[in-house]
Amino acid sequence: MSKTPRFSAWNLFRQGISRSPWPRMWDHHDLESSYDVVIVGGGVHGLATAYYLARNHGITNVAVVEKSYIGSGGSGRNTAIVRSNYLTPEGSRFYDRSVKLYEGLADDLNFNVMFEQRGHMTLAHSDSSLRTMRWRAEVNKLEGIDSSVISPEAIKDLAPFLDITDHPRYPILGALWHPPGGIIRHDAVVWGYARAAHAMGAHIHQETEFTGINVADGKVTGVETTRGPIATETVINCTAGWASLVAAMAGIRLPIVTRPLQAAVTEPVRQFLHPVIVSGSLHTYVSQTARGELVFGASVDPFASYSTRGSLEFTTGLATHVVELMPAIANMRLLRQWAGLCDMTPDFGPIIGPTPVDGFFVDVGWGTYGFKAGPVAGEAVAGMIATGRPGELIAPFGLDRFESGTLTAEKGAAAVGH
Amino acid sequence: MLVILCPHCGPRNSDEFTFQGEVRPRPDVNGTDPGEWRRYLYLRENLADWVSERWFHVSGCRRYLMLERHTVTNEIRDVELVGGEQA
Repeated sequence: MSKTPRFSAWNLFRQGISRSPWPRMWDHHDLESSYDVVIVGGGVHGLATAYYLARNHGITNVAVVEKSYIGSGGSGRNTAIVRSNYLTPEGSRFYDRSVKLYEGLADDLNFNVMFEQRGHMTLAHSDSSLRTMRWRAEVNKLEGIDSSVISPEAIKDLAPFLDITDHPRYPILGALWHPPGGIIRHDAVVWGYARAAHAMGAHIHQETEFTGINVADGKVTGVETTRGPIATETVINCTAGWASLVAAMAGIRLPIVTRPLQAAVTEPVRQFLHPVIVSGSLHTYVSQTARGELVFGASVDPFASYSTRGSLEFTTGLATHVVELMPAIANMRLLRQWAGLCDMTPDFGPIIGPTPVDGFFVDVGWGTYGFKAGPVAGEAVAGMIATGRPGELIAPFGLDRFESGTLTAEKGAAAVGH
Repeated sequence: MLVILCPHCGPRNSDEFTFQGEVRPRPDVNGTDPGEWRRYLYLRENLADWVSERWFHVSGCRRYLMLERHTVTNEIRDVELVGGEQA
């Protein structure tokens, strides 16, 4: 294994004049015949879990098995929004920890993840949504999260291009304002975790498809992949989109329906939109990247599917809605659209924890909000593997809650609220 | 765009329909227990394959349809009205 160099101004200068190529950030490894922990899925959740297993618990004999390239699923398809202004105390607490980890991530990983805390604004277009926002703001404040309801005039100061008149079909009556929210470079988060996990000894196996889980007497004994079998007693399902199919390999059924979520990006223009703007009623959210493109996302498609093709209904609906919010952008051109797969649960909460099969853990069901939870989920899942039981932050999100009927209630803040 | 061949209205855009999910056997309400009922309510096969589904033609004839759809390619086949043509 080559030594991972530290990124610093001095090393950048030295590398610049030496003109030799930078060493690879992670290496290809042969598949070992056994690992202490096998993680399915090389996205932000899987790689963060590998990183925290090594850094916090000294568990480094770990394989991350990814059927394509790392970050090719939800981690590379989301709209890169980070926030913690959720509706329930357990949800807010959980995502607040994630925002804190994201704030320190560039230093932790020695990798620039370009986290910009531009502020996150959720628009209210009706009295009832204003009421829910006051509720969310009060729950957030009790958890120590910076969150408040602001007036249309204050909205205009923060985002001058928004139409706050009473002309639109859905006029803007107020907003939930969350200054710590923002956007991040999602690929850099994946690469940073991969590089740091690799430096501590984890093996990242790309283009290695998971094909089966061997279970004997209710316990995991190994897994099958397209590059051969691996003996292991611990498997963590960190997939999004394919969570049900991987769990079915261990004979576990999950309360998940997979739905595509579409997003689109415009041509780049000069910076004019600082905060992230979200409208639940208009099923859209928009932010401007550092490069100047506007990134739009929607709610999930109206039916379940594993297809990641875009649809014309999405683009026409999106255009109608964002032009109503910001009439000035009517002449901008869309460059491309794409879709990612979202594993939706009945209560809009994730599923993290052990399963009825001993040694098979899940970190799935992340719906439309998995990316922003990557660091905290990785940290908590690593803690669960090391100690053998789920910690306080993830205890409310166990698979057994669907059997006992103790569901969480996060729909009000998670359905479109990015 | 998905086109559903409604036996009553002909080929229509899927926008006119609401998706009601995969069909699954419902336990006998008189003989079930809370655990079994919750498994029926929440757990799904969620297959990447041909799946039997129920749709509702909300902006058309307002009939319930049963159909088979491939959840990877979104091809649709065997559309039938629930309860038959006369119901």
